[in-house]
Amino acid sequence: MMARLPLGARVTPATRVCMALAAATLAAAAGCVATGGVSYTLADGEIREPLTAGNPDAERGRKVLVSREANCILCHAVPETGERFFGNLAPPLSGIGRRLTAAQMRARIADPLAFNRESIMPAYYRVEGLNRVAENLRGKPVLSAAQIEDVIAYLQTLQ
Amino acid sequence: MILRFAFALPWLAAMAAYAAQPFRPEPLKSGLEFSGAEVRALYQDDFSSPAMLWTTRGEKLWNEPAGAAGKSCASCHQDARTGMKGVSVKYPKVDPGTARLTNIEGRINQCRTQHQQTEPLRYESDELLALTAYVGLQSRGQTVSAVIDAQNRRNFERGRDIFYTRQGQMNLACTHCHDRNFGRKLLNDTISQGHGNPYPAYRLEWQTMGSLHRRLRACFFGVRAEMPPAGSQELLDLELFLAWRSQGLKVETPGVRK
Ligand code: HEC
Ligand code: HEC
Repeated sequence: MMARLPLGARVTPATRVCMALAAATLAAAAGCVATGGVSYTLADGEIREPLTAGNPDAERGRKVLVSREANCILCHAVPETGERFFGNLAPPLSGIGRRLTAAQMRARIADPLAFNRESIMPAYYRVEGLNRVAENLRGKPVLSAAQIEDVIAYLQTLQ
Repeated sequence: MILRFAFALPWLAAMAAYAAQPFRPEPLKSGLEFSGAEVRALYQDDFSSPAMLWTTRGEKLWNEPAGAAGKSCASCHQDARTGMKGVSVKYPKVDPGTARLTNIEGRINQCRTQHQQTEPLRYESDELLALTAYVGLQSRGQTVSAVIDAQNRRNFERGRDIFYTRQGQMNLACTHCHDRNFGRKLLNDTISQGHGNPYPAYRLEWQTMGSLHRRLRACFFGVRAEMPPAGSQELLDLELFLAWRSQGLKVETPGVRK
């Protein structure tokens, strides 16, 4: 249905950084994504490097998590956010900070299909391999690198 | 060559089986069963159902002469309660004249242009919703029984492919919500099996009546995908696939939904 990695993607400066990183991990199963300004290396179920430099903020992350833009609570219950309504298409995220490291969260948010080909969770940091995206959103990841880092900061507070 | 063909056979057989019989939720359930008590109560009492304002209007339009021909729907079809009984359960279907897949809305507009010699009604206009709902009402309680045959198989297949293809920024297909997750909550909506049997329906969220195509466009919007226009070939093909998928359910037109 869709290619997970950008096969035949043009080699851009971002791609080269990405390849260098992939080589550095020495992991056979390293997946490297570098298109549309989106770049990361996913290996062993982790994205180790933050997607961007800066100071992630948990409170900002909470707001992103419940926003229309990210809509995490469409599927996940996160009672700690103070919201009243949550979906139940996905496991609750309470206590997720105990179960996953930041690097693991980053990978699961950026590219859930790397864990489960059939996942219904959208990839929040991907612009490749999508089909008929609404014109105003085409070429843009669902969330920015900084927003994802904020969300991770918030998820880590869920102990 | 023969060898190649032999290799291809199991694959062909599998494809044929898939084409003939994609997954269908079991048991089939109308969206009404997932709608909550308030919506069900509105629907079950025709005097409180806001959708009935449209069928009343539809009945009036049915009997009003229109266009250069000066004919009403009733001039050709007489009393809708007999003439239109059971008609909508077979739609969408291929129109013998144009050889194109046509839904009730399309059929009404064809009657308008050909027989009444007047302008087609705009998709989603109150008039078209009223007539479509009134025609649909004559099949209420009857079983959806769209037939897939040589004439509409390509439409069926295209509709099926849309249903199973991930799309939009959310990268979800219809099947992800309506086959695998019905009964679960998407924020505060309970996901149904995604059948077309109540349409046109009054949606509380819209505060008005809407066509099936309007509802489908809302799902495309939800996954942040390009929205095909109402009445487009893609939505007609999808409508046919949905009709096949809901064969056996009862027509609820005009329905009520959240
Ligand atoms: C449309 C549904 C959907 C949305 C929206 C969604 N998720 Fe998920 N998520 C899932 C599902 C389903 C799983 C379970 C694993 C799988 O099937 O991929 C999951 C798994 C996860 C996990 C791993 C949970 C664990 O216990 O290991 C994390 C972390 C996560 N999601 C975070 C998020 C965040 C943060 C957002 C929003 C930015 C989000 N999800 C939005 C469906 C969703
Ligand atoms: C992210 C989840 C999701 C996806 C993907 C999705 N839908 Fe829906 N759909 C819903 C929700 C929520 C509703 C409103 C509640 C209900 O009736 O199911 C709905 C309603 C419907 C209905 C009206 C059912 C009724 O009884 O009123 C139909 C028909 C439908 N969807 C078909 C589709 C088709 C076809 C697709 C793909 C083009 C699709 N949906 C994609 C979530 C989704």
